[in-house]
Amino acid sequence: MAKSNVFDLLGPIMVGPSSSHTAGAVRLGGMARKILGEEPVEGTIFLHGSFAKTGKGHGTDLALLAGLLGMLPDDERIPDAWKIAEERGLSVKYEVIDLGEVHPNTVKFDLKGKNGVHLQVIGSSIGGGTIVIGKINEYEVDIRGGYPTLVVLHQDLPGVVAQVTLLLATAQINIASMRVAREKKGAQALMILETDQTIDKAVLELLRKLPKIEQAMAIEPL
Amino acid sequence: MRAYEDWVIEAESKGKKLSEVILEDQMEELEQSEQTLFERMNNNLKVMRGSVEAGLSGKRRSVSGLVGGDAAKVEERRKIGDSLVGTEISGAIAKALAVAEVNACMGKIVAAPTAGSCGVLPAVLLTVEEVCRSSERDIILALFTAAGLGMVLTERASVSGAEGGCQAEIGSAAAMAAAAAVELAGGSPRQTADAAAIAMKSMLGLVCDPVGGLVEVPCVKRNATGATIALAAAEMALSGVRSAIPIDEVIDTMGRVGKQMPCALKETAQGGLAVTPTGRRIQADFL
Repeated sequence: MAKSNVFDLLGPIMVGPSSSHTAGAVRLGGMARKILGEEPVEGTIFLHGSFAKTGKGHGTDLALLAGLLGMLPDDERIPDAWKIAEERGLSVKYEVIDLGEVHPNTVKFDLKGKNGVHLQVIGSSIGGGTIVIGKINEYEVDIRGGYPTLVVLHQDLPGVVAQVTLLLATAQINIASMRVAREKKGAQALMILETDQTIDKAVLELLRKLPKIEQAMAIEPL
Repeated sequence: MRAYEDWVIEAESKGKKLSEVILEDQMEELEQSEQTLFERMNNNLKVMRGSVEAGLSGKRRSVSGLVGGDAAKVEERRKIGDSLVGTEISGAIAKALAVAEVNACMGKIVAAPTAGSCGVLPAVLLTVEEVCRSSERDIILALFTAAGLGMVLTERASVSGAEGGCQAEIGSAAAMAAAAAVELAGGSPRQTADAAAIAMKSMLGLVCDPVGGLVEVPCVKRNATGATIALAAAEMALSGVRSAIPIDEVIDTMGRVGKQMPCALKETAQGGLAVTPTGRRIQADFL
């Protein structure tokens, strides 16, 4: 087990009532927003297990929505997330789902962004406000927000991965971990890279312009 | 694995407060300056003060309607001088209810160590502040003592209700508050250990049985009783009363008891008060 520090024990500063069902839920919404990479305008939030059963009393529905709107766990506007979503033109609906053998506090987002990006993200709140993203579209992932993370959807062709890593190398960004998965040979694929340095906007724009790259999102650590 | 005893010995040998030893440890661990750590902890203190104030006004209700307004009732009785137990204890009760109510009503709090147990530590420290007229610096230092003990609790046992029952949440909060109260009241590092041990011993075996799975019943009121146990433990330790069982062994016991506790009594809402006829009715009405 990783060594704890004083701020793990006193903190986070958060809106109640539950670190897993409220603070963690805000973070899950925020992570889904970052993975989408643009302002969400429409979505369905599928609640699994304990999120579905006790979510209402913990404000999990509001917290997930607040996260999608870009709020952080200590934002006192979380209870007003409905109203703010309406003002900002984000329409969401909620459904109960059985996702099978996953953590009891799990949610699936089906999101559409204002420029037409359409994504599905599954994540779990695993205790004390800590979260993990387990799936993007059909790809198994493991994103915990410990590092700056680059998510790239691309075509499964020779040299696509190399051009991405070359660009990062040129920008002096070191890769801490890397994972590549694909639907099937030659079809859509997903690259997840955790890095030691922040991926700034300029680098991200260059990445997006590379051939065979469908989408690239940079996610700041939590 | 950390031992609280190691910090006590280090503080005694250096002639320092326990919090100063923890602060040094964390400066190294987090690679941050004393000033940065102080500022970060001061932010926690500011939010704690804010949630006490918000809760005492008693305006909010939780989504279920079960929680809200009780802190204001206790505070009102205290203010007119009718308190049975004296103004300090009734003040601690009111403050603990206040913060726990704010949490249940989706207001801003500091998890200490968890959201469900967030009322104990601010209630106890702000009560000691009133009695001892403590400086802001000393209160912030006392928070480091509380958090230091919390780290030992996390590493040797757990501070999660789902893993260890309520003893791991309100019990841990009470132990942390007792240690911090002793330091703030001028006690020795050894006495902080005794206070923490006495408080934790008084909470062993407490189950986590939230009605409807919500952080409301019985959680909010247990924050208040947890705060009074912390103050009682601090009072004993400051008087020179020793804990027969040392703090680290008490913490290990809490961890072991938590493992032995059946799942129905660990935040699943499948046992304890949650399955009483009234508890079931509340759950059915609301959910």
